[in-house]
Amino acid sequence: MGCSAEGFAAALRSAAEVIAEHRAELVDLDRAIGDADHGENLNRGFAAIVAALDAGVPQTPAAVAKLAATTLISKVGGAAGPLYGTAFLRASAKLGDAAEVDAGQLVEALRAALEGVQARGKAVGGDATMVDALIPALSAAEGAAGGSVAEVLTAAAGGADRGAESTVDLVPRKGRASYLGERAVGHLDPGARSTALLLRAFAEAAR
Amino acid sequence: MKKIINDPATVVAESLRGLALAHADLVRVQDDPALVVRADAPVAGRVAVVSGGGSGHEPLHGGFVGPGMLDAAVPGPVFTSPTPDAVQAALSAVTGAAGALLIVKNYTGDVLNFETAAELAAAEDLDVRSVVIDDDVAVKDSTFTAGRRGVGGTVLLEKITGAAAARGDSLDAVEALARKVVGQVRSIGVALTAPTVPHAGEPSFDLSPDEIEFGIGIHGEPGRERIPAEPADALVARMVEAVVSDLPFASGDRVLLFTNSMGGTPALELYLAHGIAERLLAERGIVVERRLVGPYVTSLEMQGISLTLLKLDDELTQLWDAPVRTPALRWGI
Repeated sequence: MGCSAEGFAAALRSAAEVIAEHRAELVDLDRAIGDADHGENLNRGFAAIVAALDAGVPQTPAAVAKLAATTLISKVGGAAGPLYGTAFLRASAKLGDAAEVDAGQLVEALRAALEGVQARGKAVGGDATMVDALIPALSAAEGAAGGSVAEVLTAAAGGADRGAESTVDLVPRKGRASYLGERAVGHLDPGARSTALLLRAFAEAAR
Repeated sequence: MKKIINDPATVVAESLRGLALAHADLVRVQDDPALVVRADAPVAGRVAVVSGGGSGHEPLHGGFVGPGMLDAAVPGPVFTSPTPDAVQAALSAVTGAAGALLIVKNYTGDVLNFETAAELAAAEDLDVRSVVIDDDVAVKDSTFTAGRRGVGGTVLLEKITGAAAARGDSLDAVEALARKVVGQVRSIGVALTAPTVPHAGEPSFDLSPDEIEFGIGIHGEPGRERIPAEPADALVARMVEAVVSDLPFASGDRVLLFTNSMGGTPALELYLAHGIAERLLAERGIVVERRLVGPYVTSLEMQGISLTLLKLDDELTQLWDAPVRTPALRWGI
């Protein structure tokens, strides 16, 4: 079974709820190693996505992803806006004009999202960024590509969780946390954490 | 958290409303996207200078909009880069046939959003060049970080490029001048207390009463190292050493010394620090020809100071002295 535009919209709405619930946690994670704006910015962006969806859900999953991308780019600012915006934009480009997206296409979209984030942010695995959540998410999703959309997303969420946890032991090399050097070791990267939260919300919505 | 605010979500918009009322002769303020634009923009026939970045650093950047300096400033949310559409809107509002220079501080979010905006502006057939300022000597190893941050030197860059644009320099010339300034300006900052971002509600880092953060940026991000508090003579000497040894500045160099309050440090301590810095530079044979002292690049209510040195030549000195009339910086007119 595939995922429709309505299904995608529902996943984004549940992501917005999850981000709102975790707004303070993300602010706090960012406060420790950055400038305390990550939860606030993402919450502003996802609230705007919900408002845009309320005004009308686009026809295809690709169009929904593109709406999310442009909304995040124009509402979030900071580094998270362009990075998450690029992720959704690249994913959208992979989805074409299909009315329903299957598990295989979803894996391709996730790969495109990761590549987009890396191209924009110039981060690689081990830099303690959202890339550290996305890489294991993609590899887990690839392992589940033969299953359903829900199974792919559940696997991706699990990978992202493990990846996010791994940032605790890393020395950040990108973004504002990089200025702390060794002092940032012991802290969970807020971008990796929000990536894991988003994928978990998508997986729950797909069930 | 005690602050004179209503709602963290409306802090910037309400503040800009006040700025517009206080300086109606100089600036116009727009909502959604938030912009501060010269009251008489666009000024035909010359290069526009546009800058921007997160709010919370006032008077940077909105306080520097006016004749002789910026044509427009793009304020983002507190400590957060503005979005590309906002930057593009500012560029569209002030850019004529002569083109525009976009001044970007080297922070990941600023660079990503301003790069995208410059691309959007180019698609509108506007001639826009970007220059990234990265004057912070606290960040040593740019291979392993996002690179040196743009801090206090930004004000000097905005003043000098604004003066060049005002005298009618071409975009090529203004851009080349900007790169020259970036190449010879260096800064270091220190914090005694953390700022409190309105939406976070608590201080950005925890600092005990007998400790200071050395090498901070302007967003309340912690510094490179935490050191025991020390008397002003020792602290300023540590700062001067960090800045002078970086370029390096040498005996006989003519410089502009900018002693900046991060917002919470009063003039009493700021002038005290400035006096020490001038003395230490004189001892090294470095000639302080121009000065700027005050809260110009702040980090909300954070206590602390930054020192910025710009190597001067006749052209830079002349452009620094050129008339400027903005809410926060004015002389000559």
